[in-house]
Amino acid sequence: MNAKGKVLKYGSNVDTDVIIPARYLNTSDPKELAAHCMEDLDPDFRNKVEDGDIIVAEQNFGSGSSREHAPIAIKESGISCVIASSFARIFYRNSINIGLPIIESPEVVAETDDGDVLEVDFTKGEITNVTKGKTYTIQPFPEFIQELISAGGLIKYNKAKM
Amino acid sequence: MGMTMTQKILANKAGLDKVVPDQLILADLDMALGNDITAPVAIGEFRKLGLDKVFDEKKVSLVMDHFTPNKDIKAAEQCRYVREFANEMDIENFYDVGEMGVEHALLPEKGLVVAGDLIIGADSHTCTYGALGAFSTGVGSTDLAAGMATGKAWFKVPSAVQFVLTGEMQEHVSGKDVILHIIGMVGVDGMLYKSMEFAGPGVKNLSMSDRLCISNMAIEAGAKNGIFPVDEKTLEYIAVHSDRKPVIFEADEDAEYEKVYEINLSEIKPTVAFPHLPENTRTIDEVGDIKIDQVVVGSCTNGRLEDMIMAAEILKGRKVAKGVRTIIIPATQKIYMDSMKMGLLEIFINAGAIVSTPTCGPCLGGHMGILAKGERAVATTNRNFVGRMGHPESEVYLASPSVAAASAVLGRIASPAELNGREG
Ligand code: SF4
Repeated sequence: MNAKGKVLKYGSNVDTDVIIPARYLNTSDPKELAAHCMEDLDPDFRNKVEDGDIIVAEQNFGSGSSREHAPIAIKESGISCVIASSFARIFYRNSINIGLPIIESPEVVAETDDGDVLEVDFTKGEITNVTKGKTYTIQPFPEFIQELISAGGLIKYNKAKM
Repeated sequence: MGMTMTQKILANKAGLDKVVPDQLILADLDMALGNDITAPVAIGEFRKLGLDKVFDEKKVSLVMDHFTPNKDIKAAEQCRYVREFANEMDIENFYDVGEMGVEHALLPEKGLVVAGDLIIGADSHTCTYGALGAFSTGVGSTDLAAGMATGKAWFKVPSAVQFVLTGEMQEHVSGKDVILHIIGMVGVDGMLYKSMEFAGPGVKNLSMSDRLCISNMAIEAGAKNGIFPVDEKTLEYIAVHSDRKPVIFEADEDAEYEKVYEINLSEIKPTVAFPHLPENTRTIDEVGDIKIDQVVVGSCTNGRLEDMIMAAEILKGRKVAKGVRTIIIPATQKIYMDSMKMGLLEIFINAGAIVSTPTCGPCLGGHMGILAKGERAVATTNRNFVGRMGHPESEVYLASPSVAAASAVLGRIASPAELNGREG
């Protein structure tokens, strides 16, 4: 499992209300949600984002509401992975549950700039900053979570067991 | 090493003698909750499992509160989708227009959650029920789908921070000021992944309404839950509202806390959170001159009867300032009715406020009071993020019902004490 793309970098406390404003929550269609992803923080996000891109952000990414629409909007926008110094806990579990890879690494965040190209090897537990030529080791997910992700999310994981 | 109250409930529901922080467990649910925004996504996921019933028709609650009465066609479609599911699955606790209320005010009132329960809700403020001595936490829609199917959810056992409360609150200070003070102190990510455990002799001086308000905003400090010990007030509340028997868990004497804060309730002043984070708190004397366009009293944080009473005490015989749209939203049908019987609605309307049917409405910028560019509101809600109540360049200031009502009268953010001696 791999991800590679250019970095879109943001600051601390990127909350679910800016990831997907509540005024668009009268639908759960991923495409419609993606059309408004990050709109209140970075109105240009839609035009900048390309398939495979990686969001890098500082602390407490995804704080606020439990709306799963937030990771869904991000995933549907083509983002292959989110790396942050820390995540709000509901966002963290939602991302895993829907199969959006998500990595906590203050070190990588500190040394990554907007526009850098990152390559993530989830199996080996490595992140390479291609632009800067530096590789980092990351904590692999706990076993339970790995099983869940490899099953393709919580629903498929449960279905397989039923 | 002993366990905290949260850890004891989790261990009990996972069928284990003991749990330790960071342990992953699979636990049994007493209630799984969804609303008109999160349930449609959960139902879509649930359908993928191909099941024809939920794990227990009595242990699922679906509350249509965010965009209801339906604000537009899409909202109507979402509610219909949930309604059809609820009918098909025979879900007992489906609350629609006419019976509904803001979910976290409604569930305790209906007696659906009691001490010792484990509750998940696809809504971040599900942590509210910690006030009753239950473990409750917000999850996403996929968790809710799996919960409705299996009656179980996975958790990472949290470590805890203890807040020892002492003393008694001063006049015009309520639970909202206490929790805003705490969030100002620890920050919006200060409690990330942890449980906030309240304790100490000051707890008995807090009403259930204060406690529900405090637990409600635990998530605004990033916490997984915020829990109160069970005392006489809790048991009385549960006895009045529920047929179910509460189960009392107490923290062990040698439970481990990462940190212990002592909070003297008598030192807390009315507190306001400035845009755009709940941690940007100032005490009322540091606020300065901030003109406002709108006041909202309501939500799962401060839409209970006690909150209506607080607002009415200030608004009685007074008028809201010209140009301040004052919107009052009792959180449930029962609160609406009780407010009516007590004459509070008349006080509000005479003051120039409007009273709305229960709904989340403006709290999340849904409907019923959206802000235009550059406008400012004082709200008794729980979040003041960018664009939360409307235009991305509007502003929300979080405060108690007393401060919100006083601000409505004076047209700027104001202390209720400023009205003392003035006509009312
Ligand atoms: S009142 Fe506000 S915070 Fe509470 S459930 Fe409704 S939208 Fe969420």
